[in-house]
Amino acid sequence: MLHIVNKSATERGALESCLAMATKGSAVLLIEDAVYAVTNGSTAAAKIQAAAADLKIYALGPDLAARGMAGRVLDGVNVVDYGGFVDLVAEHSNCQSWL
Amino acid sequence: MSDMDEMDDGSGIVKKFMFLNRKAPHGTVYALEGLEVVLITAAFDQDVSMVFTDDGVYQLMKGIDSKGIEVKDFSKTYRALEGYDIEKLYVDQKSMDARGLTEEDLIVDVTVLSVDEMANLMAEQDVVISF
Amino acid sequence: MQFGILINEGPYTHQASDSAFLFARTAIEKGHTVPRVFFYHDGVNNSNRLATPPQDDRNVSARWSKLAAEHGVDLVVCVAAAQRRGITDDVLAPGFRISGLGQLVEMGIQYDRLVTFGD
Repeated sequence: MLHIVNKSATERGALESCLAMATKGSAVLLIEDAVYAVTNGSTAAAKIQAAAADLKIYALGPDLAARGMAGRVLDGVNVVDYGGFVDLVAEHSNCQSWL
Repeated sequence: MSDMDEMDDGSGIVKKFMFLNRKAPHGTVYALEGLEVVLITAAFDQDVSMVFTDDGVYQLMKGIDSKGIEVKDFSKTYRALEGYDIEKLYVDQKSMDARGLTEEDLIVDVTVLSVDEMANLMAEQDVVISF
Repeated sequence: MQFGILINEGPYTHQASDSAFLFARTAIEKGHTVPRVFFYHDGVNNSNRLATPPQDDRNVSARWSKLAAEHGVDLVVCVAAAQRRGITDDVLAPGFRISGLGQLVEMGIQYDRLVTFGD
């Protein structure tokens, strides 16, 4: 399954809930304000790095750039563009948005 | 709705639809308008599950009285779901515990899942609609 | 592959409609089809032709209309949500139409993927 999270982890619990419910081998794509979670020094950084052991973590590049965060992405996070976003949806048989 | 019988899309395809409810009622519209989607979906003979997690479990509270905020009370509609053959309602134990709730606090019968059970349920769905 | 898109929020206040638009446009560029986009909750406000945003920024409803005209995307606004929010046929931008929630359910049944963009 592809899980899509769009809100900041410091604003809302959606990312935390998603990480708790995503089954091993799933993909998690962070878009919009959720991308802050995959940046160095963010409060969610440790959680993201722990999750990366079992989940494939992606972040949308244009949203990182729009927030001045493109140069601060955690190791192990895959940055994709909108083409990559489309591919992720196509490649996974189902997807779920955590709003 | 008399026209519900004509709403089957005719394809014969049956998919697993999951409606993901994570928000409390009344502070936002998502609980009410989410319920409206589920009622319409009933006419399409799909395999429907409603999942209530995080603050979504609050939607199912007994004793909701919205007269004072002058907003339509739609809480009894959850009890009508069974009449529409929407019977798979799930909550997770962790969300209930975190809010001090038990099944006795809820207006309908639900199946209480562990986090892992809910995760597996989500993973096997064809279509997930989030509000 | 056929992608369906559900948009739960209105223009400008949330990024949902922008994210959905870029996703839709990219999917089409990559050779997929986006037969229908469904607008629910405040998402119905994306259909309003009366919006006049500043010239130096994107016009959210107009670019949905353009995508519809160029690629045959069916832009459906939920009737119940529209009625609550005062979206009527006379304010619809080109390419948008008002219809029932059944149109959303059909997307889930018939298309390969359904992606929700919201708050």
